[in-house]
Amino acid sequence: MELYITELSKYVINLLMAFYAYESFAVFRYREESRRNGIYTRQNMLMLSIHFSCFMVICFETGDISYLFFYAFQQMVLFATAVLFHMVYPRANRLIINNMCMLLSIGFVILTRLSYEKAVKQFVIVSVSIAMAIIIPFFVHKLKFLKFLTWIYAAAGIAALSVVLFLGRATYGSKISYSIKGVTFQPSEFVKIIFVFFLAGALYESASFFQVAVTAAVAGIHVVILVVSKDLGSALIFFTVYVLMVFVATGNRLYLLAGAGGGAVAAFLAYKLFSHVQVRVQAWRDPWSKIDSGGYQITQSLFAISSGGWFGLGLFEGTPQSIPFVEADFIFSAIAEELGIIFAMCLILVCISCFVMFMDISLKLNDRFYQLIAFGLGVTYIFQVFLTIGGGTKFIPLTGVTLPLVSYGGSSVMTTLIMFAVVEGLCMVRADEEQESRGKGTERKRPEGKGGMGSAKNADDVEEEQDGRKGKRRNSETAGEKRKGRKDRENG
Amino acid sequence: MDPGRNNKNGIGAPVMAVTYLFVAVFLGMMFFVCRYAVVNRQDLLNNSYNGRQQLLSSKNRRGTIYARNGEVLAKSDTGENGKETREYPYGNMFAHAVGYATHGRAGVEALGNYYLLQSNAPLSEKVSMDAAGAKYIADSVYTTLDVKLQETASKAMGVYRGAILVSEVSTGKVLAMVSKPDFDPNKIEDIWDSLVADNESGTLLNRTTQGMYPPGSTFKIVTALEYIRENPENYRDYRFQCSGSYSDGTDRINCYHGQSHGDEDFARAFAKSCNAAFADIGVGLDKRKFEDTLEGLLFNRELPVNIVYSKSHIEVKPESSNAEMMQIAIGQGTTGMSPLHLNMITNAIANGGQVMKPYLIDRVENSIGTVIKQFTASAAGDLMTPEEAEALKEIMRGVVEEGTASRLKGLSYTAAGKTGSAEYSNVKEESHAWFTGFAPASEPEISVTIIIEGAGSGGEFAVPIAKRIFDAYFGVS
Repeated sequence: MELYITELSKYVINLLMAFYAYESFAVFRYREESRRNGIYTRQNMLMLSIHFSCFMVICFETGDISYLFFYAFQQMVLFATAVLFHMVYPRANRLIINNMCMLLSIGFVILTRLSYEKAVKQFVIVSVSIAMAIIIPFFVHKLKFLKFLTWIYAAAGIAALSVVLFLGRATYGSKISYSIKGVTFQPSEFVKIIFVFFLAGALYESASFFQVAVTAAVAGIHVVILVVSKDLGSALIFFTVYVLMVFVATGNRLYLLAGAGGGAVAAFLAYKLFSHVQVRVQAWRDPWSKIDSGGYQITQSLFAISSGGWFGLGLFEGTPQSIPFVEADFIFSAIAEELGIIFAMCLILVCISCFVMFMDISLKLNDRFYQLIAFGLGVTYIFQVFLTIGGGTKFIPLTGVTLPLVSYGGSSVMTTLIMFAVVEGLCMVRADEEQESRGKGTERKRPEGKGGMGSAKNADDVEEEQDGRKGKRRNSETAGEKRKGRKDRENG
Repeated sequence: MDPGRNNKNGIGAPVMAVTYLFVAVFLGMMFFVCRYAVVNRQDLLNNSYNGRQQLLSSKNRRGTIYARNGEVLAKSDTGENGKETREYPYGNMFAHAVGYATHGRAGVEALGNYYLLQSNAPLSEKVSMDAAGAKYIADSVYTTLDVKLQETASKAMGVYRGAILVSEVSTGKVLAMVSKPDFDPNKIEDIWDSLVADNESGTLLNRTTQGMYPPGSTFKIVTALEYIRENPENYRDYRFQCSGSYSDGTDRINCYHGQSHGDEDFARAFAKSCNAAFADIGVGLDKRKFEDTLEGLLFNRELPVNIVYSKSHIEVKPESSNAEMMQIAIGQGTTGMSPLHLNMITNAIANGGQVMKPYLIDRVENSIGTVIKQFTASAAGDLMTPEEAEALKEIMRGVVEEGTASRLKGLSYTAAGKTGSAEYSNVKEESHAWFTGFAPASEPEISVTIIIEGAGSGGEFAVPIAKRIFDAYFGVS
C-alpha cells in the first residue's frame, strides 16, 4: 500500500510541479495584475498540494507521523505569507510572493529529508525573516531619501566586508562568516543588497564616465576584499552585477566589453595565483581522474543527479548525503536525485520566472533609481542561481554559493527574502507612478493647475530635476530620442 | 516634461538584452544537465565511487544472467542467514565471458551491471516482496552466448592457454568467448588473493579482448588487402619463386620450418602462407598508403565496443626500413593484436566489408519476462569495399582448399580462413597457433578466431579446434 502511494506520488509531484512552472510563465500573458488572479490562486493550490504530497511521502517512508506537526507549521507560515502579503500590500506583485513561497517550501521539504535539525533551524530563521520582510515594502515605498544615501551604502558595505576579513572565522579556507553571541552572520550576503543600492544611487546621480570610474573603484574594493577572504563566488557576483548595472545605466556596450575583458583577465590571474581556483577548474574539466583530490564533490553531485532519472528515486530513496555540503551548495543535486530531473528543471524555470518578473518591474518603473534597484537585485539573484546550479552540474566550475531560498543557510535565505520584499516595495512605487501619470494627464488639460497630493509630489520632482542633474537628464533624453527615432524607422 | 519616460526608453533595450542573455544561458544549462545525466547514467552508476550501487544491491536481489537459449549462467540466491550468494552453474566454462561481481566486476557482470542492479519488477510484486520482507528481484540479462559452442570451444582448447572467440557475422553477436587459464567464479572469494598475486599466468586476463599477441601469418590478410588495394587490376599476376627464404642485404626471412614453396602466384603464396613471398610484397608496399589502410582497419585505434579490451598496435612509418617491413608483412616484429580485433576484421571480410559492433547482451527482462531493453545489431563501419572483401574471401577459401587449413576441406559445409604460427621468442622455435575464419564460405554465418599459446603451427593445432566448433554449430557429429 505504502509502495503504491510513494511510487504514484513521484509522478503526481512532478506533474503538479510542471503545472506550477507553466503557470509561473502563463502569468506574463496578461499585462494587468488583476487579470492574473486566477493563475495566482491556482499556483497557491499547487504549492500546497506539492508540499502536502512530499510530506505524506516523508511520513510513509520514515513511518514517523510526527513530521506532520512540522508540516503543519510550515504550511501555516507559507500560507500566511502568501495571504498576508496580498492583504497588506494589495498592489504588490503576487507572482514574486508565490514563487518565493514555492521555493521556500521545496527547501523545507528537502531539508527535512536531509536533516530534521537543520530544517527546523532554517524554518525558524525563515519565519523571523518573513516577519521582518513584510514591513520592508512599506519602507522602500515611503522612504524617498533611500536614493541619496549612495556613499553611506558604499561605506557600510566595505565596512561589513572588512569586519569579516579581519575578525571573521575561516571555514574551509574561506573567511565568510562572523559570529556575534553565537549567531553566525555571513555579511557578504547582506552586502549584496546594499551594493545594489549603492550602484543604483551612484548611477542615478550620473552615468558619466567619471561616475562610472568612481563606482568602479568602490566596486573594486568590495571585490578585492572578497577575493582576499577567498569568497570567490560572492566576488564573482559583485563583479557581474557591477558590470551589468553600468551597462544598463549607460546603455553603452563598450562597458560590457570592457567588463568581459577585465573579467577574463581577472579570472586568468586568479587561476594563476590561487591554487584553490586551479583545483576547481581542473575538477570541472575532468573530475573523473581527480575524484580523490578536487573532484569528489562534483562527481558525487553528478552521481546523484543522474541516478534519479526523470521522476526521481523518491524522498528517502536515494543517498544525497554522500555529497559533501549537500544542504547548502548541492541542494539542487539532492532535489534532482529524489524528486526527479523534471522537478529540478521546473525549479529552474520558477527561478527564471522570478528573474523575468524582476526585469519586467524594472522596465515598467519610470524612476531610474528604482529601475536600477529592480534590475540589480534581479541580476544578483539569477546569477547566484546560475553559479550554484551550473557549478553543481559541471556546467561551469564550482564556486560554492547557495541556491537562494532553497539551500540551508540563514544569512542567504534572509537576504533573499529581503531582496524579494524590496522588489515588492518597488511594485508599489510603480503603482504610485501610474496613478501620478494618470493624475498628470488630467492636470495638463488645466493650464497651471495645482492641487492635491499627486501634483504636490510632482512639483517636488521637478525641483529635484533642476538641482544639478540637468546634464545627465539631457544626455539620457537625447539617447532616448535617438532610440525612438530608430524604432520609428523600423516601423516605417 | 516627464524625464522618467526617457529613462525608461533608455534602459529598455539593455535590460531586455540582459534578460534574453540569462534566459538563453539557463536554457542551455538545462539542456546540458538533462543530457549529461541521461547519456552518462550507466557509466556514473558503474563508477566505483558511486555509493548508489550498494544502495541498489541492498534493495534488489542481483539479476540472473542467461545464455541465448535460456540456460542460467549466473544467479543470486539468498541463503538462510540472509546473505546473498552468486552462483555460476557452469563454473570455469564462462569464467571470462560472464565474469564475476565481487572484487570489482568483469565480463557480462560488469557490462550488464546497471541492469542487474535495477528492478523493473511490477509494483504488485514489489508490494508482496515488501510484505514478505524480501528484496525485489532485479532485471535479468539475456546474453548472446551459446552454451554448446562455448562448451565445445572450452573442451577443444583443453589445458592449453589461449583464446577463442566465436561470433555471428551478420550481427556481431558474440556466441562463445573462451580464455584460458580460467578460474571458478563460484570460488572467487577464496582464490582472489592468489589470482591477484600470480603475475605469471594472467588468469584474470580475458585473452580474447585483452590479450596482445603477434598476429603471425594471420596478418597476411592485412598485407594482402594492402597489396590488392595498390594493385587492384593485376594483383593476380604476382609471381614469386620461393626457395625457403627471402633476403634483403643481411636481413633474411625464412618460411615456416624452412620449407620452400617453389613457383607461386598471389593466391598460392597466401594459401601456403609463404613468408618469403609476403616479405617480398611487404618491401614493395607504399608505406603511406599502408598506414591509411591500417588506420582504416582500426590498428592503433579504439575499437567500437564497450567491453574492456587492449588496443592493437603496429608501427608503419614512411621511414620504416625494409627489414622492418619484411617483419611487419608477415605479422612478426613489434606488432600486437587482440583476438577480438582479428575477429572483427574476419567478420568484415565475411560480411562484404562492413563490420558489426560486437555485443554480448541481447536483451534485459524484468522478473515477469517483460522486455525492458532490447539490444540490436549495429554497423560499426566499413573496413573495406565489397570487392576487396570478395577478393580476400576467395584467397581465404584457397587456404582451406589447397593450403594450410586443409583439415577443413571436404566437409558438409565450406569454410574459409587463414592460419598463423606466430613466433613469440627470439631464442626458441616455438610458436602460437592461430586460425581465423568463417563458414559457410559462400554465405558466412559464423566466424571463429583461435589462438593457442605455444602449441605450434596453426594448421596443425588451431584448425582442428575450428573444425570442432564449426561441426558443433552446423550440427555435424
